[in-house]
Amino acid sequence: MNQLEMRAVYAQTLIELAEKDERIVLLEADLMKASGTTVFKNLFPERTFNMGVAEANMVGVAAGLSAGGKIPFADTFGCFASRRAYDQFFISANYARLNVKLTGTDPGVASEYNGGTHMPFEDLGIMRNIPGLVVFEPCDPVSLKKLVQQSAYHTGCTYMRLHRKSVTIVYPEDEEFELGKGKVLKDGTDVTLIACGAVMVAEALKAWEILNSEGISVAVIDMHTIKPIDTGLIMQYAEKTGGFVTCENHQTINGLGSAVAETLAENCPTWLKRVGVNDEFGEVGTLDYLKERFGLTAQNIAAQTKELLKKK
Amino acid sequence: MEVKAKEIRKLTIDAIGYLGVGHIGGALSVIEVLTLLYYRHMDVSPEDPKKKERDKLVLSKGHAGPALYSVLADKGFFPQEWLHTLNKGGTRLPSHCDMNRTPGIDMTTGSLGQGISAAIGLVLANRLDKTEKKVYLIIGDGESNEGQIWEGAMAAAHYKLNNLIAFTDHNKMQIDGYVHEIMNIEDLDAKWNAFGWFVQRVNGHSFEDMDMAVERAKKEIYRPSMIILDTIKGKGAFFAERQLDNHNMNVNYETAQEACRLLDRGN
Repeated sequence: MNQLEMRAVYAQTLIELAEKDERIVLLEADLMKASGTTVFKNLFPERTFNMGVAEANMVGVAAGLSAGGKIPFADTFGCFASRRAYDQFFISANYARLNVKLTGTDPGVASEYNGGTHMPFEDLGIMRNIPGLVVFEPCDPVSLKKLVQQSAYHTGCTYMRLHRKSVTIVYPEDEEFELGKGKVLKDGTDVTLIACGAVMVAEALKAWEILNSEGISVAVIDMHTIKPIDTGLIMQYAEKTGGFVTCENHQTINGLGSAVAETLAENCPTWLKRVGVNDEFGEVGTLDYLKERFGLTAQNIAAQTKELLKKK
Repeated sequence: MEVKAKEIRKLTIDAIGYLGVGHIGGALSVIEVLTLLYYRHMDVSPEDPKKKERDKLVLSKGHAGPALYSVLADKGFFPQEWLHTLNKGGTRLPSHCDMNRTPGIDMTTGSLGQGISAAIGLVLANRLDKTEKKVYLIIGDGESNEGQIWEGAMAAAHYKLNNLIAFTDHNKMQIDGYVHEIMNIEDLDAKWNAFGWFVQRVNGHSFEDMDMAVERAKKEIYRPSMIILDTIKGKGAFFAERQLDNHNMNVNYETAQEACRLLDRGN
């Protein structure tokens, strides 16, 4: 495994947390190798529980461990974390006001060759409906590490989308983060790109280069926390730029684009375009193929931005 | 024990009758097992419900909450007057067990099948904390239709959770009819045996039989225990006992009071 892979950073972060706090425990559902957490198991075998291919039980057991005073992290592919174990996460973990940290790996097109059955384009929407749940998607190793550290000590459940493989580095090592507070990566005055996750923050930054070279002043925000959404930052950039393009590796329905649209509609109606998957199921392919297939590219973001600027 | 169980049964019938509707059938079938656990076996502290070192109960068939509330009120976890607030707006005693609302409730339940997983998590947490305290779990026979029950059955045996002592309230009825007609779960003993549990089957209204079964279960050193309780749904309320529609039924308060009087007279 490449040490720069996100899963390696995730595992290392959990190890550092577990070294300091014996309440940290880990649950897997026969995807420990995929999650990259075997190194955690090797160091803390008694605090690692492989529950087999039984995600509903895994999430329920995590809730029980939390009720017993532990801080459980539970990992599986995002499709199973969200769709298959939803009622367990909803009732046993969230409704019970417990403290389960659920990680859904391979968000959206990151599922690549696993295809449509494994490609969650809906998990943000599913999770956003749970009262009080913190939903976030780090975009690079630094934000992953810092946000996981925060989620461990957030009182209540969290859901994190984890891109497992190597990604573009966005932040310097010493960057600080706060769950619920977006990060301004580029400032600008004509339009704001709001993105989340490894795939789309990188594409948004590439789109910034395209647009910037054409003389368009573009702000780029990494909205790593989808819930609670950073309303203040959105309103600030509504005033400043008067237009938004959201960029998500997810359906445009119920995800980041919807969260931003709701915020804008209620506070400061502003022109908006949403780049994301347009009401479709996933399919197999390479990451590059799938990004093209579903329009999750810098070129499409740039094109949509220009369309939006015509309306302004 | 029999006297105590009669008191608990009367409190339960009264609470549901006072509201006028409730899950009376499955509440009354677990009165004896709850009484046995809370008055003989469980180490709990009404003055400190969240005490770290304690035995815990997960009532996975969360709709039997009113029976457990009667026990907890009688034990002094909260005032007995609360029982008349059952399911009223703002109550601390909701239909299904809620650990955040009710002192003495160890796990929130209500979506069937989920309690077994939570109980497993509680036992694993105890194991990490190096405590031998028990976790008791009560599931329903209709609930045993749920796939999660069997995911949990596999996991508890795999992790050799001898401190998990479970009961199936086998009252033979579920909402739409008899269990064997809606979704047959037999051979229940053989199923739990095959999953690697120590299985016993006893009369769920006999304190002597259940007590011996719990004592035997406590001696297990590597297997989780399943004690299948042969019970009668609606037990002890003349208007509900063995009635196929007793899962969640309207209960006239005068009828409820009459049922309590009949219990006092020993009928």
